[in-house]
Amino acid sequence: MISLGIFGIDNAVMAIVALLTGAALVALALWLAGLISPRSFNPQKGEAYECGIPTRGVSMTRFHVGYYLFAILFLMFDVETVFLFPWAVCLRALGGAGVAAVAVFFAILVLGLVYAWRKGALEWK
Amino acid sequence: MNNYTIDNSQSLTQWIDQLLNSCMPSWLATTVECLLVGVGLLLVYALLALFYILYERKICAYFQCRLGPNRVGPWGLFQSMADAVKMLIKELISLNHIDKFLFALAPYLVIIASMLCFAVLPWGNGLQIIDFNIGIFFLIACSSIGVLGILLAGWSSNNKFTLIGALRSGAQMVSYELSVGLSILTMVAFAGTMDVGKIVEAQADGWFIFTAHVPAIIAFVIYMIAGTAETNRGPFDLPEAESELTAGYHTEYSGIHFGFFYLAEYLNLFVVSGVATLMFFGGWMPFRIEGWDGFNEIMGYIPSVVWFLMKAFVLSFVIIWFKWTYPRLRIDQLLSLEWKYLLPINLVNLVLMVVIIFAGWHF
Repeated sequence: MISLGIFGIDNAVMAIVALLTGAALVALALWLAGLISPRSFNPQKGEAYECGIPTRGVSMTRFHVGYYLFAILFLMFDVETVFLFPWAVCLRALGGAGVAAVAVFFAILVLGLVYAWRKGALEWK
Repeated sequence: MNNYTIDNSQSLTQWIDQLLNSCMPSWLATTVECLLVGVGLLLVYALLALFYILYERKICAYFQCRLGPNRVGPWGLFQSMADAVKMLIKELISLNHIDKFLFALAPYLVIIASMLCFAVLPWGNGLQIIDFNIGIFFLIACSSIGVLGILLAGWSSNNKFTLIGALRSGAQMVSYELSVGLSILTMVAFAGTMDVGKIVEAQADGWFIFTAHVPAIIAFVIYMIAGTAETNRGPFDLPEAESELTAGYHTEYSGIHFGFFYLAEYLNLFVVSGVATLMFFGGWMPFRIEGWDGFNEIMGYIPSVVWFLMKAFVLSFVIIWFKWTYPRLRIDQLLSLEWKYLLPINLVNLVLMVVIIFAGWHF
């Protein structure tokens, strides 16, 4: 089934129009800025701005592993949300059986959160 | 798209459609309509951003007993216009050790993400550009493209401040996206549909915040907190904490390149309040009280677009209010607020909502 947006045009087309509009906004403004903005060359100007002190070493480097833990946890719960959305839409139609099935799924996930909590994965160290 | 003050816009879009189809082949008419939508989106996007920048600056000025911008035009009305021109005539500095492709790509991702969310919002009666049957899900999916833009911006700049800022922002936005998603999920369970237009129509007799009472209010409070964090605003602005990280992930961006991030930030503020409006406060539906026919009729005269914008502006005011009231959080406080408080409360709230739906304890 094709769902229709404004003017009765297919929604997918409209989504592409919105996407292109966003890209056009950036491209147009950059083009305009390129036309009217000044340009000057100075070897120091291209350096990284770290409050005036010359930068040391590379900056595209390793970082705190704590971010990774939260990313993994996010993945777990985000997929959970994705699975729950279709159930939420037909919650009334599925009735008690649907709730029971989701309750099992939900319990396992809550167990996961409790496990992560007890293991100290939610502490920022 | 130029019919914002006309309530009967459904018939107006049909009228334009018929007019175009009568004087040109249908493929050309469709192309012209796509162009019209694109230009309209661009104009509304830019105008709203300009308005929002002034709106926030004025509000923050009054919170601090200042006057705010008041030199350019009456009450400083043209201040943000002047700022936009200033950004355009600033030099775009070319940097030495950056990843040029990713550096250029990042603003595109950030702007496209907010533009797609912007197009899903129900602006008024029949004025909805994208009307997917999974509209609200599409909106959540699009808003997470923005995180990618921010991470790329921080990584490609080859600067330690931007790297730290981007990672903080990434951790914050993905964490709080869970709460946004779950509080929307709670309301989707109540509405029984993900279609944005149908969610709004379901609120014709009473906004969800009234009809679904307690769980809706809990979901709304969580949504507002998480939405503030999603837009990197208010007490959650540590990705760009200027006292620690100069400007966070967009430190290395100059001129209009910086402007894109600024623009997207304000538009995301509007999108967050727009989504709160459509999920909890009836979208473009006027305020109605059962039995007060005269009152309802007067409320019905106000165009639906005005209703939508007014509700969104009021909710944005609340978010700006947070920003000027609370001190900034630390990253560990930020993450424990999400994972140890908001997420468990949200899960319990979902169960509460299911109980209320099955027991029929709603209006």
